[in-house]
Amino acid sequence: MIPDTLVQVLGKNSLITAFLFVGVLVWLSYAFSRRFTAGHIHGSAIAITAGLGLAYLGGKLTGGHQGVADLGLLAGVGIMGGAMLRDFAIVATAFGADPKSIRSAGVVGALSVVIGVVLSFAVGALVAVAFGYRDPVSVSTIGAGAATYIVGPVTGTALGAGSDVIALSIAAGLIKSVLVMIGTPLVAGRIGLNNAVAAMVYGGLMGTTSGVAGGLAATDPKLVPYGAMTATFYTGVGCLLAPSVLFLLTRMALTA
Amino acid sequence: MVIYGVALLAFCMLAGLIVGELLGRLIGVNANVGGVGFAMLLLILLTNLSRYRLQLAPMTQEGVGFWSAMYIPIVVAMAAKQDVVTAVSSGWVAVVAGVLAVAASFAMIPVLARFGGGETDDS
Repeated sequence: MIPDTLVQVLGKNSLITAFLFVGVLVWLSYAFSRRFTAGHIHGSAIAITAGLGLAYLGGKLTGGHQGVADLGLLAGVGIMGGAMLRDFAIVATAFGADPKSIRSAGVVGALSVVIGVVLSFAVGALVAVAFGYRDPVSVSTIGAGAATYIVGPVTGTALGAGSDVIALSIAAGLIKSVLVMIGTPLVAGRIGLNNAVAAMVYGGLMGTTSGVAGGLAATDPKLVPYGAMTATFYTGVGCLLAPSVLFLLTRMALTA
Repeated sequence: MVIYGVALLAFCMLAGLIVGELLGRLIGVNANVGGVGFAMLLLILLTNLSRYRLQLAPMTQEGVGFWSAMYIPIVVAMAAKQDVVTAVSSGWVAVVAGVLAVAASFAMIPVLARFGGGETDDS
């Protein structure tokens, strides 16, 4: 009777259950950071990595695509971590951001978005060619997936790519976003990611909103608004360039 | 009141998303172009304007500050709902493409940041 009641109450109030779940996860992660790494690895980096690990477990257990949110009781994590609340919180971080830094890095920030899209597309397309893909539609779709997991399927659908290639492009984008979340705090020192301008460039080059959101949270939360600001233009620019100019260039290169 | 801050935030987000959606339609792509970015700029603009005229009341600031502070927990929840299984079990093309794209982008950061004057500004 007691387990039934518990399951019923937690399931009915799924968003509240998610608050408790994430709160405990963050608390454990910060305790782990203090006790076992003497604070060297940031608590939020551990929490994000733990979240990804649990998402893997959730996916393995349920066969779903929503990580732990597919485990009935934790469905609220899907709402809490969904795009709506994520974007709301990202906008809130802009409160107190320094308008001067944004203005001074505006041009290089915009430039980094375009360079980021072209660079990721080119790398993804080259990898596709290296793996034996020769038709421009598949190569472009995989290249677009290396930009973000939204640009990939948008491009693939626009160009009429096969669903297996579209699935690959989504996977490439997912790998990218997971890697950016985990990798950013590890390389931040070496690439000089410690100021507003570098954060804007970082957001523009990486582009994956979730990756940038997680990566900066784990590195230095003060940098979040600057990186998030440029990253938010990336997917749009990618959806614009990948199925048009970049596809045409790919076709020229492959038929030449 | 706290709700004024939350409402201000909601206004900025919706206004930004509408602009981003319209921009997407204008250039003919099926995506929101920079909606969140416009929302952030609007919030910065409005809160900086009001510094000169009507200062945001402390409680109003708390309404925005709460959501800003919820950012990391929300990102943790976001991490916990990613499709990690698909990401790691989808074959080498995807893995290699994703890894190399990230490596190349990381490598470009110092180059572009120096160009933008990031070295000198370590605030």
